[in-house]
Amino acid sequence: MNISLFVACFNDTLYPETGIATVQLLERLGHRVDFPREQTCCGQVHYNTGYQDETVSLAKRFVDIFSDAETVVAPSASCVGMIREFYPKLAILSGDRKLIRDVDDLLPRVYELSQFLVNKLELEDVGACYPHRVTYHPTCHSLRMLRVGDAPLRLLKKVKGIDLVELPGAEECCGFGGTFAIKNADTSMAMLTDKIARIKETGAEVCTASDNSCLMHIGGALNRQREEVKVVHLAEILASTEAASTETNSPNSGYKKSGSQNSGSTESGPTKSGTPNP
Amino acid sequence: MVEDPVMSTAKEAILQRIRAALGDDQPGWGTQSTREDTRSLNIERGYRTHGETKKQQRVGLFVRHVEEYKARVSQISEQKLPQTVADICSAEKVKKLVIPPGLDEKWLPGPESGLTFLRDEPDLLSYDELDKSDAVLTGCFRAVAQTGTIVLNAGPGQGRRALTLIPDFHICVVRREQVTGIVPEVFWDLEPVIREEGAPVTFISGPSATSDIELDRVEGVHGPRRLHVVIV
Amino acid sequence: MSSSETGIHPTFEKTARSFLDNSQLRSNLGHATRTIRDKRRGVVDEMPDWEELREAGRQIKQKVMQNLDHYLLQLETSVTRAGGVVHWARDAAEANRIILDLIKERGETEAVKVKSLTTDEIGLNKALAKEDIMALETDLAELIVQMAGDEPSHILVPAIHKNRSEIRDLFRDKLGKPDLTDNPAELTEAARRYLRKKFLSAKIGISGSNFAVAETGTVAVVESEGNGRMCTTLPQTLITVLGIEKIIPAWQDLEVFMQLLPRSSTAERMNPYNTFWTGTTEGDGPQEFHLVLLDNGRTQVLADPAGRETLHCIRCSACLNVCPVYERTGGHAYHSVYPGPIGAILTPQLRGLSDKSAASLPYASTLCGACYEVCPVKINIPEILVHLRGRVVRHNKNWGGIRGKVNPELMGMKWLAWTLRSRSRYERAQKMARKGQRWFMHDDVISKLPGMLSGWTAMRDLRPVAEQTFREWWRTRS
Ligand code: SF4
Repeated sequence: MNISLFVACFNDTLYPETGIATVQLLERLGHRVDFPREQTCCGQVHYNTGYQDETVSLAKRFVDIFSDAETVVAPSASCVGMIREFYPKLAILSGDRKLIRDVDDLLPRVYELSQFLVNKLELEDVGACYPHRVTYHPTCHSLRMLRVGDAPLRLLKKVKGIDLVELPGAEECCGFGGTFAIKNADTSMAMLTDKIARIKETGAEVCTASDNSCLMHIGGALNRQREEVKVVHLAEILASTEAASTETNSPNSGYKKSGSQNSGSTESGPTKSGTPNP
Repeated sequence: MVEDPVMSTAKEAILQRIRAALGDDQPGWGTQSTREDTRSLNIERGYRTHGETKKQQRVGLFVRHVEEYKARVSQISEQKLPQTVADICSAEKVKKLVIPPGLDEKWLPGPESGLTFLRDEPDLLSYDELDKSDAVLTGCFRAVAQTGTIVLNAGPGQGRRALTLIPDFHICVVRREQVTGIVPEVFWDLEPVIREEGAPVTFISGPSATSDIELDRVEGVHGPRRLHVVIV
Repeated sequence: MSSSETGIHPTFEKTARSFLDNSQLRSNLGHATRTIRDKRRGVVDEMPDWEELREAGRQIKQKVMQNLDHYLLQLETSVTRAGGVVHWARDAAEANRIILDLIKERGETEAVKVKSLTTDEIGLNKALAKEDIMALETDLAELIVQMAGDEPSHILVPAIHKNRSEIRDLFRDKLGKPDLTDNPAELTEAARRYLRKKFLSAKIGISGSNFAVAETGTVAVVESEGNGRMCTTLPQTLITVLGIEKIIPAWQDLEVFMQLLPRSSTAERMNPYNTFWTGTTEGDGPQEFHLVLLDNGRTQVLADPAGRETLHCIRCSACLNVCPVYERTGGHAYHSVYPGPIGAILTPQLRGLSDKSAASLPYASTLCGACYEVCPVKINIPEILVHLRGRVVRHNKNWGGIRGKVNPELMGMKWLAWTLRSRSRYERAQKMARKGQRWFMHDDVISKLPGMLSGWTAMRDLRPVAEQTFREWWRTRS
């Protein structure tokens, strides 16, 4: 299948390894991946903060760039949620008939990664190997807006060597909420504190999710608190293979710092364990 | 009603605001005529309108739910009613029992029970008399198995609302055939009564309760604190 | 309007901060919301047709809003036919005036009252007190709140912010019972005795209402303690305040809401008591019934097609109990009788966006969607929150004067959108950020940022721009 990757702006800029993992995974499964370079951002931050006029132009851009794609896949549940749920509404709001039509036409071809694998390709075992204790946080947008259901868990369960532990109170929000984390920083932090306590209870080495935005939030505090738990995007776990995991037995040894993956990758490039060095 | 000029202005103003608010040009909303159309639109009622069809099961479910509300339940044959009422009263130290108009006299215990019946006719009992009574004995309009609810509609043998409100103990007789399955059925049955008489309706699902203090459930705040359901 | 509804309040985030520090409140609230939340799930799960009921509820409410004028007139006719008197009130002041006059005309100075958000919204008790009329709250929690001179913090359990020993101290003091223990049963008994005397002698009862049936004129009060029955049954005169959105078309529609409401609110199959009355009935209950139809901003909500759905709310408080924000901040941070997710959408629409406190409420959410999932009438709260944020932004652009136009968030967002509209600008920005971030980096992470963004880094590290972005990697590949 020809897949156009929408990587999402914050993955592009802050979490390249997630994009790379997505490419590797999809190619390993025998698909052709293309990255339309014109892409930037789906407009979610603007939309959710109330800048709807500004979002319309970004939505238009997105639709133009991907209108010819056979399939669009994005390793970001919240971006796909934005596109699926709100592009049609935005289009109506803008009164632009062409946009309404184009959005209608494009939407059925846009997938979040785990939904693409499980629902479209009907795959659960993607041939991954990840010998670590992992807990899965279902992000709010993947759970309640996009309704990915248990797709990520089904994929994780089939990963070789993984020790998957259930996260207590999994469905509770981590407190991110985009600008909420800034505007209501204290409340956000109170929610995050509880989420982190739950994650620590599991004794997992890695907390994963289908969205780096929430992981950035969770990982940001883990790192500040010098916790050993790492945050790793689902795509990176699914991209890991036996070859990669034998190189190391720590989930982030591709990194030079002992902290979380947030500790950056300034020297070793955008790699980390579980994601073979490109 | 006398036309008060201030009031009629408020009424007109509100209606005016509503019409202005709804007169928007959004697709799907719109002019008066389309709004009338939406009024005649039927609501999709995909929910259940009938519950359990077997009487035995219905009664069983009703009992279970009532008991969950911590009300007492007895199941007896109708001939045993006077004795059962007498027993309940003596166990609960009831001396003065309120009897609503129209209650089946065959249900009442004889003089040997030592009970005093307070009757709400020909003169109405005062609130004070009701407050000093020990219990009230009534029938009901329906009972709902799904929720353990007793439905009163001020019909014969139920009395006016104050009778089942002020006394601290309510003994309610439910006939097995009065137990319906689910909530929609009872609203269906009530509809003619409401349309024709506008009678007041009370739903009772267990004794009054509060969870206002640290969510600890405490039975018996203002309504009758004890409820005994007798199924015949 | 009451002080809780007018005047200048701080924004949500300011008050939230002080409540977050109140660990007593947080533990009370956490316990309470978790308990109700789990119970609710249990009684909802046993309903195989829950989704169908929700959908029917939504459709009924939508139909009502589209034809509100019609149904109000129909209600007026049917209530009048059944022996009641209908009054119309444009705002809080008008409603309070009507009620005051009714009480004064009857020469009374006291009324018993059943908990009602609508009467709280209009600040009825204070308005009556000003003219020396005492409205006694008879709901246990409301009595506690009234005695403490406090504001309710939860729609359903208004005294959720008080624990048993605080209540014991209050009752010892106000009821003159120095030996009370903190046993909830004993505290409840003390309140019962005190209130019973009042009920039996009251001449005026005041209530709100959950539903009013346009077709039959039937008015409903749904409750747990029995004080609603007392107030609507025992006094000679009953005055009921009804928000105009509470109307439902037909008697049959009650079968939908009487299933949705109890399970969603108190998490019971059916709450202990429901009273439905239709005008007046000779020899039974109040012989005089007055229904006050209240607008007070509701038509303003109706005027916004994208926010209109807010009026569908049946005040069950399920959305509060699942809200992770509410659970941590409590109700007071919302500065409104309507807290939690429903408050965050209702209050700004009722009060208007010039009210800074109200305008901060649409931002008091992570948009996690838990509220939408439980709402028995399927109000899409997250979507309305986002819509209102849009209105706040536009309001500030248009009415904020010069400060509104140069506010840093607006400028930042505009710049960001401009950058994101072009690949070359976007790529340039990535490179510039990579250079610029050196100033803020420490141990390979960003742990301190200036201005607005400091909220993030106060407690979390931020990942820096990658040395090689994804698109740069992609280029090396091809
Ligand atoms: S918005 Fe929905 S969930 Fe919240 S109180 Fe209203 S009806 Fe209940």
